[in-house]
Amino acid sequence: MFGDFFSRAIIAGTGLAAVTGPLGCFVVWRRMAYFGDTMAHSALLGVAISILLSINMTLGVFLVAALVAGALLLLQRQATLSTDSLLGILSHSSLAVGLVLVGFLTQVRIDLMGFLFGDILAVSEQDIFIIYGGGIAIIALLAINWRPLLAATVSPELAEAEGLRPEVSRIILMLLMASVIAIAMKLVGVLLITSLLIIPAATARRLSATPEMMAVVAGFLGAVAVIAGLFGSLTWDTASGPSIVVAALAIFLVSLAVPTARLFGRRQDHGA
Amino acid sequence: MKDALITLENAGVRRGGRVLVEGVDLAIRRGEIVTLIGPNGSGKSTTAKMATGVLKPTSGRVTRRPGLTIGYVPQKLAIDWTLPLTVERLMTLTGRFSAREITEALEAVGALRLRKAAVQELSGGEFQRVLFARAMIRKPDFLVLDEPVQGVDFSGEAALYRLIRQIRDATNAGILMISHDLHVVMAETDTVICLNGHVCCRGTPSAVKSSPEYLHLFGDRAESALALYEHHHDHEHHEDGCVVGAEHTHSHAGHHHAQ
Repeated sequence: MFGDFFSRAIIAGTGLAAVTGPLGCFVVWRRMAYFGDTMAHSALLGVAISILLSINMTLGVFLVAALVAGALLLLQRQATLSTDSLLGILSHSSLAVGLVLVGFLTQVRIDLMGFLFGDILAVSEQDIFIIYGGGIAIIALLAINWRPLLAATVSPELAEAEGLRPEVSRIILMLLMASVIAIAMKLVGVLLITSLLIIPAATARRLSATPEMMAVVAGFLGAVAVIAGLFGSLTWDTASGPSIVVAALAIFLVSLAVPTARLFGRRQDHGA
Repeated sequence: MKDALITLENAGVRRGGRVLVEGVDLAIRRGEIVTLIGPNGSGKSTTAKMATGVLKPTSGRVTRRPGLTIGYVPQKLAIDWTLPLTVERLMTLTGRFSAREITEALEAVGALRLRKAAVQELSGGEFQRVLFARAMIRKPDFLVLDEPVQGVDFSGEAALYRLIRQIRDATNAGILMISHDLHVVMAETDTVICLNGHVCCRGTPSAVKSSPEYLHLFGDRAESALALYEHHHDHEHHEDGCVVGAEHTHSHAGHHHAQ
């Protein structure tokens, strides 16, 4: 019934959502939404640099995103400007530099719209391998480091006093985000990547009682949004990347109607 | 000092040319309670961080018994609404523990009925109890309590001090307590150390409360002596016991007034 490209899109998209859901929980818990956006915006710069140096594009995007994250950490240390100003500067200047550089690359024809908004319907078999290979690696690293990552999120001080290393956790999270951005860019584009991190996680919050449950629910909801968005885009002939985000938003809005506080986390009696 | 869990010798931290604290000597043995008091920025937290090993001293020496398990009760823990966390899940934040161990730890602090509750809906006193249980489940040799009674009302405060004593007796851990309240020190404290960038004065609670350095440091607010927080059934220190009732009520009211 569907062309092969459509099944590939579903496979790639749901695989990606299964990674962005759990990782997105940390973005929401640690209030790193704008930070993630900044890293994502730098991805276009990564594309331009990979073409200039003729290196693998996924690798180039990962390196540039990680560099931007590192630059932010350094700038934060000698803080003269507030973090949101620093993020604003890094976010928009890296996007602008990327756009300018792409303009210079006259010898290669670049589908700029494809990089900004993604082109999930053009996913190749090789892309699927990259997404699943990278995705499994990311999920494995997240699972192995789950307890220290969560402890560092709840309280860096406490984690540190009890012998964990919250600074290391922070760096691990940044590298994982840079990897997700690198594998997600082709699918949903630099402008929409963070939505797949944040919206499913924010939706899952209302339906979960523990952090682990929230991570699983977020991955699942993200996959549902991908499928719904792709079918929507097929039905109404709309752009696929934005359709996925719209589907995620629709699920989020529906979830607002769920009275979560009554479902979870009630104490066993109401005594003093 | 051979039997000490943790020893600080003339230890200090200097950062960016600024002295955070210097010349701190202290030793904590099993079952001992050491209380750090001092104004804001006097180096209490820095000293505690040197003791736990989070901060390396830039001068002096810190020695910890190898393989020491540290439990930490933070000053405040604001857990964002976005993070769904039940009391039960909080108990295993930094280590893996069985359901039975969780039950026992929560039972010990009288918070078993809160097991399934979301941490965001606990009252200040309840949350503090749960944090104690969380630190205790690790069976720590050394326990750091950072302003343990902050944000807890008067009756809750008394109960928490009782709990700290129970924990000390049950685990025989060495306890380092940081106190925000300059006027009240738990009576069971073995050593009070008054900090103000350096050690101003030290000694047993009764010795410190009459030391001129203490009176000088906290002079205007503490023109009356340091009150010792004791339990009414404890008649051994009758003289201090008298101070408690009157002084504590007074200082507590003053504390609220200051806010």
